[in-house]
Amino acid sequence: MATHAGGLTAAGTGDGAHLDVRDPADGRPAVVVRDLVRTYGTPAGVLNGLDLEIAEGEFVAILGRSGSGKSTLLRALAGLDHDVHGSGQVQVPRNVSVVFQDSRLLPWARVLDNVVLGHEAAPNEARAAGRAALAEVGLGGRERAWPNELSGGEQQRVSLARSLSRSPELLLADEPFGALDALTRLRMHDLLRDLLRRHRPTVLMVTHDVDEAIVLADRVVVLDAGRIVLERRTPSATTHDAVDQDTHRTLRAELLDALGLDREDTP
Amino acid sequence: MTALVQTNRVALERPVRQPATDVRPRIRRLGLRKPVPLAAGSGIVLLLAVWTVGSAAGLIDPRVLSAPWTVVTTGVDLAVDGNLLENLWVSLTRAAQGLVWGVLAGVVLALLSGLSRIGEALLDGPIQVKRAVPNLALLPLLILWFGIGEEMKVITIALGVFIPIYIHTHNGLRSIDKRYVELAETLRLGRRQFVTRVVLPGALPGFLLGLRFAVTGSLLALVVVEQVNGTAGIGYMMELARTYGQTEVIFVGLVVYGVLGYTADYSVRLLQRKALTWRRTLED
Repeated sequence: MATHAGGLTAAGTGDGAHLDVRDPADGRPAVVVRDLVRTYGTPAGVLNGLDLEIAEGEFVAILGRSGSGKSTLLRALAGLDHDVHGSGQVQVPRNVSVVFQDSRLLPWARVLDNVVLGHEAAPNEARAAGRAALAEVGLGGRERAWPNELSGGEQQRVSLARSLSRSPELLLADEPFGALDALTRLRMHDLLRDLLRRHRPTVLMVTHDVDEAIVLADRVVVLDAGRIVLERRTPSATTHDAVDQDTHRTLRAELLDALGLDREDTP
Repeated sequence: MTALVQTNRVALERPVRQPATDVRPRIRRLGLRKPVPLAAGSGIVLLLAVWTVGSAAGLIDPRVLSAPWTVVTTGVDLAVDGNLLENLWVSLTRAAQGLVWGVLAGVVLALLSGLSRIGEALLDGPIQVKRAVPNLALLPLLILWFGIGEEMKVITIALGVFIPIYIHTHNGLRSIDKRYVELAETLRLGRRQFVTRVVLPGALPGFLLGLRFAVTGSLLALVVVEQVNGTAGIGYMMELARTYGQTEVIFVGLVVYGVLGYTADYSVRLLQRKALTWRRTLED
């Protein structure tokens, strides 16, 4: 377990409370967030005492309007909030991987070099893992390509391969498909579901696509003004069947309502 | 038949003109057009042509500006009797030594000052002050400190070279997208890997631009140091020619400097294209 209390300027982080070992047997959660406050120096905080637990292997989607604090939460879990004012306790597994909205491939490194960048294994093993991951996302044979030569969807697949090649315990995804066209996004959903079935990491995905959240996640959490305002398990998680149209529609309406949108407003 | 040929010609000359039925608004092209074949050296060819024609027509006084063919024959004579090549070798060695030390110093200082706040606080100020002082003004001091030997010459060249390398490398690595730094953090890169895999390649375009200034700068500094207390080198050869009033020898020296500078710059640009194949820019 690693805690990301470092880099915070304000006092009052619950640093002392340590969860030592993650043991799935006693149902201990993979991610624990307690009373998380992030202010960025403004009186109305970005996150106002947020509590969240994610079980091991669970897929949680965070929905919220712009400025609801969803990206701030993800950055806190990723440990990317140096010099940010705040307090609270965050516990995540040791092996965390982040997928960003942009594929964030180094343009000066070839595809395979991007995938294995910073990989912990020995170079040969890392490259083998990288090749396997690229093959898994359907990009076998493109190892020597430059990122600029790939389409947006392909670049995002490379970034997925980069994350999966290091078998993360926690996958953090910040609107991973937000920059893709609708058709590519649907294909990426299928790919991601397929990959997750095999790799089984815990996933926290930030999105503002309600349907994406329902279709992919086990649980959907709606954030507003730095607080959780709604939490729902999705039908796919409870029944493991094809999503029943009616339940989907009801849940969708409920989530849109929590996001401050009337169902009639959106197609 | 004639009509057909004519329409073809029109089509060839105006490939972008739309037919009347096409109602698209005209979009103004902002990117560069395709490169014109063999046009790279046309500016230089034109300059040489004006010089040659002017000399041949007697419009240019040979005492002021030697004719190109005189420069060529003098150059050949100087090369044959060994004088020119020897001087050229001395000059090149000096410039190369100064360049190597200057580039090393520039890169190391840029890294120190670019990647650490303390380094920046300590180094950037003095370097900017040095940058504001002309090399020529430093020369008396350098001669006092290091004498009039090779050491002083190489140091002077290096001092001129490290400034553009420092400025452009520093700027290059400070302009690396913050998102890549975040990526490096989430991938848990160590300091060394961060520098070698993210910072250095990211700063490479800036460094190479600095190198273009640096190679021409090293040759400029060469001129300065060789005309002061030189005993060999192209500058010394020119200085000697001045005392004997040999305009054509001075011109040989100038041409050699020009060719050296152009070749050096061209090589760096070639290197630039090879090293930055990943980029898609206005240039391509």
